[in-house]
Amino acid sequence: MNSDKITKYFLFAGSLLILVVAGGMVFSLVGGAIPAFHKFGWHFIVSSDWNPTEGRENYGALPFIAGTLITSVLALLISIPMAFSTSLFVAEYFRKTPVASVLSSLVDLLAGIPSIVYGLWGFYTLRPFIMHLGLSPQGFGVFTSGIILAIMIIPYATSLSNEIITMVPNELKEAAYSLGATRLEVIFNVIVPNARSGIVASYILAFGRALGETMAVTMLIGNDNKIPHSLFDTGNTMASVIANQFGEADGLKLSSLIAIGLLLFIITALVNTAGKFIIKRLS
Amino acid sequence: MKKIIILLAVVTAFTACKSGSKKKGAAEKSAKSEISLSAAGSTFAGPFYKTAFKKYFDQTGVQTSYGLTGSGAGIRSLKDRVVDFCGSDAFLSDAEAAKMPAPVVHVATCSGAVDIAFNVPGIESVKLDPEVLADIFLGKITKWNDAKLKAINPGVKFPDMAISVVHRSDGSGTTFIFSDYMSKISKEWKDNVGVGKSLNWPTGMGAKGNPGVAGTISSTVGAIGYIGSDYAFAQKISFALLKNAAGNYVAPTIAAVSAAGNGDMPADTRIMETNSTAPDAYPISGFTWIILYKEQAYNGRSLAQAEATLKLIDWMLDPAAQAIGKELKYAPLPEKVVQIDKAILRTVTYNGKPILK
Repeated sequence: MNSDKITKYFLFAGSLLILVVAGGMVFSLVGGAIPAFHKFGWHFIVSSDWNPTEGRENYGALPFIAGTLITSVLALLISIPMAFSTSLFVAEYFRKTPVASVLSSLVDLLAGIPSIVYGLWGFYTLRPFIMHLGLSPQGFGVFTSGIILAIMIIPYATSLSNEIITMVPNELKEAAYSLGATRLEVIFNVIVPNARSGIVASYILAFGRALGETMAVTMLIGNDNKIPHSLFDTGNTMASVIANQFGEADGLKLSSLIAIGLLLFIITALVNTAGKFIIKRLS
Repeated sequence: MKKIIILLAVVTAFTACKSGSKKKGAAEKSAKSEISLSAAGSTFAGPFYKTAFKKYFDQTGVQTSYGLTGSGAGIRSLKDRVVDFCGSDAFLSDAEAAKMPAPVVHVATCSGAVDIAFNVPGIESVKLDPEVLADIFLGKITKWNDAKLKAINPGVKFPDMAISVVHRSDGSGTTFIFSDYMSKISKEWKDNVGVGKSLNWPTGMGAKGNPGVAGTISSTVGAIGYIGSDYAFAQKISFALLKNAAGNYVAPTIAAVSAAGNGDMPADTRIMETNSTAPDAYPISGFTWIILYKEQAYNGRSLAQAEATLKLIDWMLDPAAQAIGKELKYAPLPEKVVQIDKAILRTVTYNGKPILK
């Protein structure tokens, strides 16, 4: 046997293992979720009633789906201006200067902070601030979670778009400058169109990360199993309700939690597919 | 290529040796060390259990780890047979007990009060009657300066501040005691919310465990919630005086909890003592239980393990252990309950033979 073949088999086995694990996860999620879907059918997705009281059991995932999507979209909306300006700062305005490298490593550092630390900071610093501003009486809720999520996903949104923006050919920019374009015109007519698909891809990656975030959100969203009525209302997310309630769950409740896990999996998969589709169309 | 194969072989052989020797070491260690017990559940009784188990370790060398998971998760762990016993402030209903893989017994270990704790700057004490309490937790009273609150608290200057209700987000025996009481005093609560370890809450936000609720209340101005007495005491959170069934406003003291627990006790100890008619009783009081399997020989557990489990629980009924509870604001068991508990413990068997003589 030659080393080429061994390497090939080794790699094949490795990638096959990942496929098996992923397939196994889907299989067990679907298997676990069947009783809930069998009992509630479509109502599981469109019902907003989550009642674990014995004898009145009824489970609907809509409050959690809404909570997850609202907090994640909010996080994305808040993070985009910051992420976009950071990318331009690092990859264009202060490109290859010490300031830019310090800033970009600081942003990367954000990605390394554990989720629980964000949660603590949100609980003891951001929440009192929001209460102080009078935005919400108890400081918990969708808005607080959205801000924390936005900070958490900035590194995911910037790291890739920095690379892409740096990769825009210098010749193009120089050509634009020689035609008398201002810096702003170069950014919006040369850099952004060239880097568009990469930037969108990095924001979608960041959005996917926000969808599944658990710990920090659990600490800040208020764990209130209803659809939030306003940005400052409390709510709950899919990941957070699972984290809160899986410990004691059995029977129909456990199946409903697994079904929520399956839905979260599907939503994340859809977001990633949509992202890939957008990238393909734009490039 | 040969080199790589040889290298691989050497590495495999080396790791095999290493893991082999490790296993051996672990086996020796476990043979030498004392028996250790594991349990999980109630955060309400957590401070009592943690302190008592530590004292028991100092006296006997038997280590007991107790996970503060909440009663719901504790029962789940017992069901999965991953713990020796669980702590719960909600007893298993006949239907729930039937779902367990084998018969279980309940041993009451102490009783405690569920405090209605609140955080309004400048206000140390508030009186609540059943109607106002129900209205707050049903979301009908939303401001601290509500006329109903003012009416029963003459002289207290309430601020114009929103009430933020805090409840449990996980399955909880504390919630069970609280909702049991609420169902007794409010028809609307009984019809719309009901009794359970986790509920469909009409209002408020959830926090995990008694520590989580206590932390949220103490860091949220305007908050109100229900927590075990020791948590309010330890974190210096103000608590409300509640109007009991006899019409008196009572603080959650040990004496008031004992007064509530002096009623009749069934032979299996499964009873709720909320809304007691005794004149000095604190209305949201409840026993907390240790739940274990009646037949201790399962999953290859040794007789020594079963004996250690039973001895620990038996010791928890001793005056010495009950005194630890008292220091932590739990009411000691009345003598008749201790006798019932001891009788129950004697019915616990290993391969059909009673463990305690």
